[in-house]
Amino acid sequence: MHIFANPARFVRLADKIMPWAVVVFIGTLGYGLYLAFFDSPIDYQQGESVRIMYVHVPAAWMSMFTYMVIAVSSFVALVWRHPLAQIAGKAAAPIGAAFTALALVTGALWGKPMWGTYWVWDGRLTSVLILFFLYLGYMAIWQAMDDEEKAGRAAAILALVGSVNIPIIKFSVDWWNTLHQPASVMRLDGSTIDGSMLWPLFMMAIAFQAYFVIVFFWRMKLEIDRRKIAVLRLQEVSGS
Amino acid sequence: MNASFAIMISVIMRDVRLGWSQGGTGTMSLSFFFIAVTLFPFGVGPEPQVLTRIAPGVIWVVALLACLLSLDRLYQADYEDGSLDDLALSPAGLLPVVIAKILAHWISTSLPLVLLSPLLGLLMNLPAEGYVQLVLSLAIGTLALSFIGSIGAALTVAMRRGGVLLSLLVLPLYIPSLIFGVTGIDAAIMGLDVLPHTALLSAITLVAVVLGPIASASAIRLALE
Amino acid sequence: MAIDQPMIELVLDSLACQRGGRPVFEGLSVRVKAGHLLYLKGANGCGKSTLLRILGGLLAPSSGTVSYDGTVLQQHDIPFSAYALYLGHQNALKPIWTLRQNCDALCRIMTGRDAPVERLLETAEHFDLSRLLDQPVRYFSSGQKHRAALMRFGLIDRPVWLMDEPTVGLDSKNRDALAGLMEKKLASGGIILAATHDPVAAAGTDFDVSAFAPASDNSGPFSSAFLEDWA
Repeated sequence: MHIFANPARFVRLADKIMPWAVVVFIGTLGYGLYLAFFDSPIDYQQGESVRIMYVHVPAAWMSMFTYMVIAVSSFVALVWRHPLAQIAGKAAAPIGAAFTALALVTGALWGKPMWGTYWVWDGRLTSVLILFFLYLGYMAIWQAMDDEEKAGRAAAILALVGSVNIPIIKFSVDWWNTLHQPASVMRLDGSTIDGSMLWPLFMMAIAFQAYFVIVFFWRMKLEIDRRKIAVLRLQEVSGS
Repeated sequence: MNASFAIMISVIMRDVRLGWSQGGTGTMSLSFFFIAVTLFPFGVGPEPQVLTRIAPGVIWVVALLACLLSLDRLYQADYEDGSLDDLALSPAGLLPVVIAKILAHWISTSLPLVLLSPLLGLLMNLPAEGYVQLVLSLAIGTLALSFIGSIGAALTVAMRRGGVLLSLLVLPLYIPSLIFGVTGIDAAIMGLDVLPHTALLSAITLVAVVLGPIASASAIRLALE
Repeated sequence: MAIDQPMIELVLDSLACQRGGRPVFEGLSVRVKAGHLLYLKGANGCGKSTLLRILGGLLAPSSGTVSYDGTVLQQHDIPFSAYALYLGHQNALKPIWTLRQNCDALCRIMTGRDAPVERLLETAEHFDLSRLLDQPVRYFSSGQKHRAALMRFGLIDRPVWLMDEPTVGLDSKNRDALAGLMEKKLASGGIILAATHDPVAAAGTDFDVSAFAPASDNSGPFSSAFLEDWA
């Protein structure tokens, strides 16, 4: 963690990592999309719409991963009062919300041909929807407070409470779902995935991860610049 | 330790008295609970079978909203007049004071609602087998609602329009309690074992009882700075 | 009280504080011995109220320590929230309650017990509020409310008093009443810090908080992290 302790050092590190992340992103996305569209079999039950999975599943993974990033940085921000950790949470949240929204939209698009309706209260989809609400709350609390240092700590408290709750919500929604849905309803992710489907999925997952790294570092750099401007403005005002 | 306990009792009594005096939230949430439930027969029609089917869910959802309505005043009233400073400087420490305030919130807003719920079950044509579980699940579940809601109330205490944000923060966290509260009543109506539902509902309440005061106290300290 | 223990003192050691990213004061150090009164002075916004909130344990300084009677007070520790009696700008009264109910409620929060009756009557008499003891506070004028809030200093025993603008809205008679209460406190070995431009009691030392205003090129640790090493 100490390597990030200084914003300037962080920016230098980010500048080194980001070009590589762009290369990885373009490579894996291109190859992954090629595999997903042209070089993977159609599912005998789901047909062509199985290809939605190659976007949906990585998006759903990233929605969880990003919340973990927020939770860990919130913990660091609260315990060590680390300014960069606060910024990391703020920078990650909209990316996570976007991944979550993508998972929801692709899930609904997949659901139309499969279930005959855009929305089914499927256990996984419902959990992702609630995760989306948690992201909204986290971002709203950042916006609702004027003092940024306080807003950051309040948001961190909320993120930690949310991270304790996510497994509980997941479990309870699954329980609720099995009570209300016949077990024969097909899950969005078949538990038996053929190897020929695993490879494009893997490529897309790496592409999504690289995309996250690029946008996350970019947003953190922007936020650091914004705060730097704020400090300079404050000095301008108090120096007069 | 003894003095801390006396202080906690005092804070509970103080808040219950304030909650039920003029301008308090107690009567208002109770009235809301009653009126909002009676809206549903107008919305979905008065057929007894329909009402029976939705009764547990409707009563639970409305109880949840009634709890939410009263939450934004949980710390805000004391924050506005400065007495939150005094509460934070109590020799008992902020954490016991927060626990006392949450318990007082439960006693003054949720407990009356729990006691009134059989009457609403009657209006919603709830089958006779469901009543015991209705009261039990509401009693256990609303405790979690107060303890979780306290976190949201503490986070939004210094905001002028904190109420809307409060619902956004707190409602997603209420879903597990809602699920196990309602499935328990459904199980009771169908003559199934209610123990797993009640046990899971209680487990969530226990987590909330542990987590809620700690998170609330740190959020209040943040607001007082 | 601690009249035979003259060693007791409140020590503020190089306190620094910032609010909203803006540094308020730094390197603030002072010792206040038992039986002494410190008047906090300085222009608006120099951090008098902030300093009182730090001393009350409500606000964490960004650096520095507060110790009382030889012990460093840790933020959010119970000793920190129990050694001092604080009154800020708000009167902390519930309008629907009578003065007596308000006093009892406050004493219960602070001690777990109701206000002792004879003490309540005596303090009310002292601030000329005896008549109003059983009237709801909502009917009080703002001056009466302020006196009602000041009653806490007569009701609760804590060694240190932290008073933010205690004389606002007091007429000369009640100023004298307050001065009498403060002098009694000092005589019994108490410590008082009052942020006011209006010295009430005679035996006070002035302390200029604005002398510790930071140099303008120095931000607190949180903000300065963003300016460090910025090549």
